[in-house]
Amino acid sequence: MALTHLDKLENQSIYIIREAYNQFRNVAVLWSIGKDSTTLLWLVRKAFFGKIPFPVMHIDTSYKFQEIYDFRDKYAKEWDLDLKVARNEEQIAAGMSHEKGAFQCCNELKTKALKMAIAEHKFAALYLGIRRDEHGIRAKERFFSPRDEDFEWDYKNQPPELWDQYKNKAADEEHIRVHPLLGWREIDIWEYIKREKMPTVELYFAKKGKRYRSIGCETCCMPVESGADTIDKIVEELKTSKISERSGRAQDKEDDYMMQRLRSLGYM
Amino acid sequence: MDSDNTLSFVIVGHIDHGKSTLIGRLLYDTQSLPPDRIEEMKRASADRGREDEFAYLLDHLEEERQQGITVDTTQVFFNSKSRHYVIIDTPGHVEFVKNMITGASQAEAAVLIVDVAEGVKEQTKRHSYMLSMLGLEQVVVVFNKMDMVDYSQERFEEVKNDALQWLGSINIKPSLCIPISAMKGNNVANRCDKMQWYDGPTFLESLDGLNNILPAENKELLLPIQDVYKVDDKRVNVGRIETGVLKQDQEVEIVPTGLKTKIKSVEMFLEERDSAVASECVGFTTSDAVFLERGVVVCQSDAKPNLTDTISASVFWMSKKPLAKDERISIRCATQEISCKIQQIKERINSSTLEVLEEDADKLENLEVAEVTIKTKKPIAVKEFSDCQELGRFVLVRDQNICAGGIVTL
Repeated sequence: MALTHLDKLENQSIYIIREAYNQFRNVAVLWSIGKDSTTLLWLVRKAFFGKIPFPVMHIDTSYKFQEIYDFRDKYAKEWDLDLKVARNEEQIAAGMSHEKGAFQCCNELKTKALKMAIAEHKFAALYLGIRRDEHGIRAKERFFSPRDEDFEWDYKNQPPELWDQYKNKAADEEHIRVHPLLGWREIDIWEYIKREKMPTVELYFAKKGKRYRSIGCETCCMPVESGADTIDKIVEELKTSKISERSGRAQDKEDDYMMQRLRSLGYM
Repeated sequence: MDSDNTLSFVIVGHIDHGKSTLIGRLLYDTQSLPPDRIEEMKRASADRGREDEFAYLLDHLEEERQQGITVDTTQVFFNSKSRHYVIIDTPGHVEFVKNMITGASQAEAAVLIVDVAEGVKEQTKRHSYMLSMLGLEQVVVVFNKMDMVDYSQERFEEVKNDALQWLGSINIKPSLCIPISAMKGNNVANRCDKMQWYDGPTFLESLDGLNNILPAENKELLLPIQDVYKVDDKRVNVGRIETGVLKQDQEVEIVPTGLKTKIKSVEMFLEERDSAVASECVGFTTSDAVFLERGVVVCQSDAKPNLTDTISASVFWMSKKPLAKDERISIRCATQEISCKIQQIKERINSSTLEVLEEDADKLENLEVAEVTIKTKKPIAVKEFSDCQELGRFVLVRDQNICAGGIVTL
């Protein structure tokens, strides 16, 4: 029995998920409700036979699409998740928005909200659904990636990672970011969603000639021209598309190194 | 193009010999990148007053572009007409050898790049030696910057002979030697008329000749336990099958305890299964209440790994702080983690020149290779690397940091 490409990706991810839980126990999985982190959540459910033994965290900027909130609440219940919503309430109340600059807004409402949540729960490790093919910076990531107390990513001095042996958390490290989906491509995610009959947010499917390739805050996501209103059509579209997945995401655009700067400060 | 046919390869070689440029050029010539990535590369190159820097398609860190070097390993995806590739780029600077090893340890095949103008250099040698240590047997050698030597066949043959002589001394037999210019795009994806004397495959064509590592399911069962979960009052043992097949009702033995039991059920979420194969992460229950925990290895009684507290090994040290003989560290092999010390450093070796620096040494410095004897506090289950990579390779850990990779020679 030969394992398929998706089988191999799935098994690699489950191995990493179980390694991190064995090492750290006090962990959480970040769920943005998008296709990648929902795939991650699906894999985490598989790794633990349906019952996730740790919290699922949503970093909520208050600017997410309504469809995202609806999906979150529906499946948090159906999958019996220990859902924790992290919000930077002070900045939300003070009117922080993308109009003050995408860099500042992402940093305050996402990175800071995440910092507060970690400080509160003292998580030793966090699972994130980032992928190498999303962005040149993410292509440089490790499966286990340490962050210091300022949340900084020391990308010039990353730990070696050999033969599925990963970094332990050292005393001077705040937490470890665990990235089980690094090796997946966008098309792999969609083929897996199809194979697993996994639910996804409606925004990904075309309506009136447009759909979202990547979702986040309503204020900073632009739809792309597309007629793909089924998973099969999305897979077909991706095989021929020449447009970047995150082309509709403001935080990737402002300048060439914005993603690097956001990430070095602790952005996802 | 079928995703189920995927091959991962790493590209290694000395700094500035053109690793990132070659991959960037390959992606560019095969139209594998979206236009906004190409525009970003062109804009960033122009900002620095340069011609198109194909390396910028991979080198995304600001520092990498400023200094024109690759700092960390990157993985990109690429499709040829016949298969899907994971390309692993690595840094060529001596400072970042650990990043190169991280990249190479995830590959099935390797491409060694040599600048024909400069010839074989320090990292050419060190990187290829690391490939041989990591057990990467399939190697293609590309001779880059042919444009800088006026496409001279004579120069190509000269550098090729040097490279082949070195590679032969470390038991690497390259499947191909290809003259290219990554900058100009000669013999990368497209042939060129400047090297009529070369009638072999282009770099792109050579990739389709590389073979996948065969799945290990035809070997005997080795299943190191990763963790034990309680699922609906059942104790479910989980782990990845490293080699062989796990079946319901199979008789197995547990190393190191020597206890024997039978597989009662194979457990996968929402799947009915009675067997699983190498590379699958499985859960299972046993017929007897044998105690299993992380680190024990489930195997067949007739094919047990060696259980020993003394291992002969080759190690590659990659930490700035040297390793002292008899220093307390730990060894990790599959899911086993055991306290250990290096009891004897038989030979300290320069990993670029292979010169023996010292026999019976007291310490091991950064980037040195050594033949050592490791003494573990408790017995560990290992196999000889040449026989079974999965239980024949290990890392050494000090202060929660991976400081060395090693292979068991027994």
